[in-house]
Amino acid sequence: MSAVLKAPLVVEFPFTRSLGPVQSAFLTGLRERVILGVKTRDGRTLVPPVEYDPVTAEEIRDLVHVGLTGTVTTWAWNHRPRRGQPLDTPFAWVLVRLDGADTALLHALDAPGPDAVHTGMRVRVRWAGERTGAITDIACFEPYDGEVSTVTVHAGEIDDPVTGIVAAARLDYTYSPGRAQTAYIHALSGRRTVGERCPSCRKVYVPPRGACPTCGVATSEQVEVGPRGTVTTFCIVNIKAKNLDIEVPYVYAHIALDGADLALHGRIGGIPYDEVRMGLRVEPVWTEGSPYPDHYRPTGEPDADYDTYKELL
Amino acid sequence: MTSAPRDREIAVVAFAQTDHRRTSEELSEVEMLMPVLHEVLDRTGLKTADIDFTCSGSSDYLAGRAFSFTLALDGVGAWPPISESHVEMDGAWALYEAWTKLLTGDADTALVYAYGKSSPGSVRDVLTRQLDPYYMAPLWPDSVALAALQAQALIDAGDTDEPVLAAVASRNREAATANAHAQLRGPVPQGDYLVQPLRTGDCPPIGDGAAAVILAAGDRARDLCARPARIRGIDHRIEAHGLGVRDLTDSPSTRLAAERAGVFERPVDTAELHAPFTAQEIVLRKALRLGDGVVVNPSGGALAANPIMAAGLIRIGEAAARIHHGRSDRALAHATSGPCLQQNLVAVLEGELR
Ligand SMILES: [Zn+2]
Repeated sequence: MSAVLKAPLVVEFPFTRSLGPVQSAFLTGLRERVILGVKTRDGRTLVPPVEYDPVTAEEIRDLVHVGLTGTVTTWAWNHRPRRGQPLDTPFAWVLVRLDGADTALLHALDAPGPDAVHTGMRVRVRWAGERTGAITDIACFEPYDGEVSTVTVHAGEIDDPVTGIVAAARLDYTYSPGRAQTAYIHALSGRRTVGERCPSCRKVYVPPRGACPTCGVATSEQVEVGPRGTVTTFCIVNIKAKNLDIEVPYVYAHIALDGADLALHGRIGGIPYDEVRMGLRVEPVWTEGSPYPDHYRPTGEPDADYDTYKELL
Repeated sequence: MTSAPRDREIAVVAFAQTDHRRTSEELSEVEMLMPVLHEVLDRTGLKTADIDFTCSGSSDYLAGRAFSFTLALDGVGAWPPISESHVEMDGAWALYEAWTKLLTGDADTALVYAYGKSSPGSVRDVLTRQLDPYYMAPLWPDSVALAALQAQALIDAGDTDEPVLAAVASRNREAATANAHAQLRGPVPQGDYLVQPLRTGDCPPIGDGAAAVILAAGDRARDLCARPARIRGIDHRIEAHGLGVRDLTDSPSTRLAAERAGVFERPVDTAELHAPFTAQEIVLRKALRLGDGVVVNPSGGALAANPIMAAGLIRIGEAAARIHHGRSDRALAHATSGPCLQQNLVAVLEGELR
């Protein structure tokens, strides 16, 4: 067995999220350098504020100002900050109970080292230079031994409230396709298409995924299929895809390669789009340096009889 | 009412798991999972067609593969169409769904499986994506950082200290020497701080793995297993998602789930706890009132192998296997999900008295 194939895979997405009235007020407040909590019916003040009481689940809307100073309730020293975290030098993760609040907020504390941090220490907010209405408008907290800080702006009267956030998420992976697909990809590099046969029902799967989905057993017997095949069904693409340099309209088809029991898909070229039909016999067209066929073109053979591919639709 | 009605007893009749390893890069998820499915079916002599209901737990985020759970179904053999469900949670919650399905009488047998392939990604970062998206996720607080906040809260409260945490780590990994499937077996240095106060030894290994169990109801359980592990009760409870709202030194959700599952009615002799971080075992022992006589984590627990999404189901499987083999008569199994023991499931399993 050849070496494991690997490739970097980045999954990245900007999540656009709308805010409830309490979240909106809180994040708008951060933009304006004030911090709001929400009062529960039993008189507790929750910071960060939520839309519903975490105990009773009742809707809560009664916003109150809390201090920009507070007390650390627990902490953890982060020796090696990771991507996206509030500070890029070592810092303490902290839960901070702001003055006037009954619950604690998670954030970072900028301190010289773990010896400078303890539960019960006093801290205050350090604002970010540019604020957009997000939790990151608080750059971090910093040690503070002064007076309780007071709030001067009334958030309820702020224009242009924040109604949503865009949270960018990026995760990096090293993708490995597994045993069966590794063998398939290796064969493709020699311009051969190799599927795998189920030992139980004898079906040949292309591309192979390592298991027969009908029988639930491992496939391992390698079977070369094609190169020719039959169009089992197709569609006409009329809208140009982003980053794809193919003239529309064109045909995208399911193609059952000879010897395969599962159709794969590919583009059909070398024939006007409106002449492609079910049963059309095709063969792959390879381009230099490409790991897979660029498209499939007619072989000129007579069309396949419907009965020969009706099970593969 | 969350205890099983007397007239429909449901039991774990078989359990299988992979060897848990740092990477399984030569295998796709279904290739990793399939041998475990075959093994658990072989233990009972059942075929896929004999299974009335199939339920799985996994997360596509771990390996970054969209719809990996549908590809995993290839390993089950889902044609002709089977009755099937999936939870984006640890497999222990898939087992809970299967248990309710069997309780309704719609099914007599169920296959429950779970798998996690953490090796392709950075699991500490991946897990930040399950957090509150407004106030927490934008700060990317990784799973070790959040566990460290909980550990410090316990130290501040006088509930534990670093030597006690080190002892938890070493006892679990010592127990794992008897578990051929475990990833870390035997002594592991406590190492440097990863996020202080947690050292590398306080944290679970990162790895890939899968597990499966079969549930059966009533007489069917007796036919399939010499000594079925009957589920006497099972319940799960969740706490507020805001960390700063919770008392991190306690686990009221675990206690409530345990109460509802009947844990406190009679002592258990064994407990399999899903505590990926040492400090969490301290919290769970307190919440579950486990005395010195209880054998805790004879498998080595999550500190010895922690395939995410499967580690909770494995606790139920390990507890059941102790009963199958006559080494326990009444065992507790616990599974957790979310940061700092946010959500907890507790099951009580019993074997017939010999
Ligand atoms: Zn088959």
